[in-house]
Amino acid sequence: MTEPKKLKVATCSLAGCFGCHMSLLDIDEKLFELVKVVEFDRSPITDIKHCGPCDIGIVEGGVCNAENVHVLKEFRKNCRVLVATGACAITGGIPAWRNNVDLWDCFQEVYHYGIGLENGQIPNDPELPLPFDKVHPIGEVVRVDHFLPGCPPPADAIWKFLTDLAAGREPKLEYEMLHYD
Amino acid sequence: MAKTFILDGKTIPFEEGETIMEAAAAAGVYIPHLCHHPEFKPHGSCKLCTVSIGGRLGAACTNKAAEGMKVESETEALNGDRRALVQMLFVEGNHVCPSCEKSGNCQLQAAAYHLGMLTPHFTHFYPARDVDASHPDVLLERNRCILCELCVRASRDVDGKHVFGIGGRGIRARLIVNAASGRLADTSLSVTDRAAEVCPTGAIVRKRHGFTIPIGKRLYDHHDIAEAPVAGMERPGRD
Amino acid sequence: MPEQDVCDLPGIVARWQHDPANLVQILREVQESCGTIPSDALDRLAQLLGVPRVRIESTASFYAFFHAESHGAYEILFSDNIVDRMAGKEALKQYFCERLWLEPRKLSEDGLVYVDDTADIGLADQAPALLVNGYAIPSLDKARLDLVAELIRARKPLADWPPMLFEIPDNVRKPGPLMGEAFAPGAALKATLARGADATLAELDAANLRGRGGAGFKTATKWASCRKAEGEAHYVVCNADEGEPGTFKDRVLLASHADLVFEGMTVCARAIGARRGFLYLRGEYRNLHEKLKSVLAARREQGLLGRNILGEDGFDFDIEIHLGAGAYICGEESALIESLEGKPGKPRNRPPFPDRRGYRDQPTVVNNVETFACAAKIAEKGGAWFAALGTPQSAGTKLVSVSGDCKRPGVYEYPFGASVRQILIDCGAEDAHAVQVSGPSGTCISFREFDRRIAFEDLATAGAFMVFSRERDMFEVARNFTHFFAHESCGFCTPCRVGTSLLKNTMDKLAAGKGSAYDMHEMKHIMHILRSMAHCGLGHTAANPVVQTMEKFPDAYERRLKRLDFEPAFDLDGALQTARLITGRDDAWAHLANE
Ligand SMILES: Cc1cc2nc3c(=O)[nH]c(=O)nc-3n(C[C@H](O)[C@H](O)[C@H](O)COP(=O)(O)O)c2cc1C
Ligand code: SF4
Ligand code: SF4
Ligand code: SF4
Ligand code: FES
Repeated sequence: MTEPKKLKVATCSLAGCFGCHMSLLDIDEKLFELVKVVEFDRSPITDIKHCGPCDIGIVEGGVCNAENVHVLKEFRKNCRVLVATGACAITGGIPAWRNNVDLWDCFQEVYHYGIGLENGQIPNDPELPLPFDKVHPIGEVVRVDHFLPGCPPPADAIWKFLTDLAAGREPKLEYEMLHYD
Repeated sequence: MAKTFILDGKTIPFEEGETIMEAAAAAGVYIPHLCHHPEFKPHGSCKLCTVSIGGRLGAACTNKAAEGMKVESETEALNGDRRALVQMLFVEGNHVCPSCEKSGNCQLQAAAYHLGMLTPHFTHFYPARDVDASHPDVLLERNRCILCELCVRASRDVDGKHVFGIGGRGIRARLIVNAASGRLADTSLSVTDRAAEVCPTGAIVRKRHGFTIPIGKRLYDHHDIAEAPVAGMERPGRD
Repeated sequence: MPEQDVCDLPGIVARWQHDPANLVQILREVQESCGTIPSDALDRLAQLLGVPRVRIESTASFYAFFHAESHGAYEILFSDNIVDRMAGKEALKQYFCERLWLEPRKLSEDGLVYVDDTADIGLADQAPALLVNGYAIPSLDKARLDLVAELIRARKPLADWPPMLFEIPDNVRKPGPLMGEAFAPGAALKATLARGADATLAELDAANLRGRGGAGFKTATKWASCRKAEGEAHYVVCNADEGEPGTFKDRVLLASHADLVFEGMTVCARAIGARRGFLYLRGEYRNLHEKLKSVLAARREQGLLGRNILGEDGFDFDIEIHLGAGAYICGEESALIESLEGKPGKPRNRPPFPDRRGYRDQPTVVNNVETFACAAKIAEKGGAWFAALGTPQSAGTKLVSVSGDCKRPGVYEYPFGASVRQILIDCGAEDAHAVQVSGPSGTCISFREFDRRIAFEDLATAGAFMVFSRERDMFEVARNFTHFFAHESCGFCTPCRVGTSLLKNTMDKLAAGKGSAYDMHEMKHIMHILRSMAHCGLGHTAANPVVQTMEKFPDAYERRLKRLDFEPAFDLDGALQTARLITGRDDAWAHLANE
């Protein structure tokens, strides 16, 4: 008997807090079951820097700067199925609180008045990702196939979601796994 | 003999003058709703309770029940459209559930769970709305207001105070308060007012009471809103 | 001098009987005499009227013509219907702003003048047009705008402006029984009194008159049911809100046939037993106000209004004029009644309809201006005469307001059943490619359907008939209409409050060349939600222009779609602009290709 082909999964965190990734790792012993059916491509878990053709892309966090867009587009291009994972990827989440603060005020706060700063200068280094006026959910930048809400989504929900997808089923969450917080 | 109508194939008794929503609630049948509250005059603005009444669509909370009428509510099509309405309410305001005191006890959120909403779907407006923390006991967080006017009705009809109203129109409609300064502190609102506790979302919340109920113990953590329709209330019944 | 001293609040409130139900009228007079409705005026009105401030603020902030900030000595509002745009409105507005060194939506530095857009002002036959301090100036061109600019610079009071600027011809191109025949004031009333109320209703029934405001409800049925309804008082309301872009036939009826309209209202009063009537006149028709008041005064002199009308004992009836304040939704009958009661114009929950619970919750007939004019004619000449005109299902004639790409815009009176093609020939629209019948909330028809007929059984219409030639971009037509609906949504119900703005934003996205097939699909979805869930006719029809033009003029959309799959919801590179300015960066990483 040949082993079934493993699903290739890539993950990334954009404007998020890695909480969703922590939750992914939180599926504990099931992680071992998961790696039987799943192989990780680009992901903070693997340290692979660019994503190749994948079956599933898991994106945590919203889009807050130019770099986020590059990563997101790379995921969209390479992943057959893209999953917006967690409140930030789906709605902008907590980072979107800044959406009604003037960007200039944000910069001032960070670089001029920030604690421990003296004569702070607003950096113009091209290495630094340039921020957008507002933080956006990833669905406002690329087409998204599935949404897995939660802040973070419970480990069980992630497990259920991935195993459903791996089995080619339409993912379905039970009442208690569906949370926005 | 009591008069009856048919709701999703089920026979529902009603008394003359009752709305479809009232009769359904008394029979223990949930019809999704947000601006309806059994204690207040029907409003009919959220449109979540839209049902098919003999083939015509109408709000269950404002349409009166009539003998023999055939009402459909739990159809895939209607629930799909209701989900779209809830999604509209989410993108219209700024709903950051993870940092909201009302999360877990919020009717907007619970209705969205009930309808299986996974994403707000529509493009977010991210409107600039004011937060009013001036009142010593009550926080007014307009980012979470869905303009259901329950607070308006409660203050006017129960508290007799007219603390709240709706200003502006269209997408710019907003909750306003009865003070030249525009500050809640300068109104006669008291934390014991009905208006201070009736809000279905986290737009009007009592200060220093946020996050007191642990996750897992909140109203809608384990119970679909269909089983616990109104926060802090027993299911309304008729004796 | 502080503004509120100029503004005699107690006097205004007294003139309106200290009645909070007259709040819209009170606010309108405050706005007109002070130029603004300042925050402290709200407090004083609350005191004077004995109602909570929040109620006053609700109403004051609802209507587009009320504002708390100063719009200077001269407020200029350009009518922004697509027909105005086709007639060069945008360029003329820019020209005007440059002449006066101003920016739209910004009070000039000397505090003198303010320029903005407003929804169609009922002059599509004389587009482009504007309002200056509420008074209409039609047929704009550079020369007329030069004159306006000069008058403003010279700070000439509006009363001293040359009257020719404000002259508004009727442009009646094809008169019929309503507009073409002389009417002797009192003729219909005399016939009514001779006949009695029951027989008058019977004539109306035989005439098969259906409402001219759009919905086409049978008038005799409405009157009979209102007459039957119990109440402390009965009311007659004439709906002269005429807010549907492209419609202006009520303007002409009121300008030149007001007696006919008032007489129809009085016939109605007799039939239903009303003592009070209202003409709800859209604020944009401010220029008709004085004249209409004098017609009413003359009718009182003639014994056609007031006590014991025409000597009939106990037949007392009078009419007041209420002005609107920039809210299309107030044309919807229950919103209109809310407005008459001093509230924001939000449609009520129906049933009950106004015939049972209308003004002050009492039985009320609400009819369109033209419906009352027809009713007067029927009272005068009999139901059979009327029923013989038009088609079996659509009796009588219809006033059609023709505008857009044609040689002879104006009002045409046709017996029902006239074909679109006939109207196009008559108005000189050889090049017509599409017609928007009955305004944005009506039906867009393409050249393939020009044999369709104006009738309730085919193309029902409240009267607008906007013609578009081959060169016109039907996408821009629909986009203009989505802006209109988003601006006019009252905001009461979720689907329309949010849905009309989503539609508008999506159309703007397409216009910016950033649309995809996904957006087209989204708009259809929003349309479905509006049609099935909205609270009133505005929401139900708000997506019609988009959906109909999509169907009938697919090319207008397809050539705008950037790609088939998906396009970001916002301009990626544009959203970096602020950060680029702040950081001074312009390197490759500071840009995103909108590929
Ligand atoms: C959004 C909306 C706007 C309307 N505007 C007008 C209007 O300007 N004039 C009018 O006569 N009817 C208007 N109507 C129709 C009225 O609600 C009502 O049907 C009409 O005044 C009844 O008079 P009729 O039977 O004589 O037509 C509007 C309806 C809606 C839903
Ligand atoms: S009000 Fe309800 S939906 Fe809105 S953020 Fe709070 S919990 Fe979420
Ligand atoms: S504050 Fe709450 S109760 Fe009041 S209108 Fe908003 S959502 Fe409704
Ligand atoms: S459909 Fe639009 S205009 Fe009508 S009630 Fe709803 S929000 Fe108001
Ligand atoms: S509950 Fe019926 S419309 Fe809101």
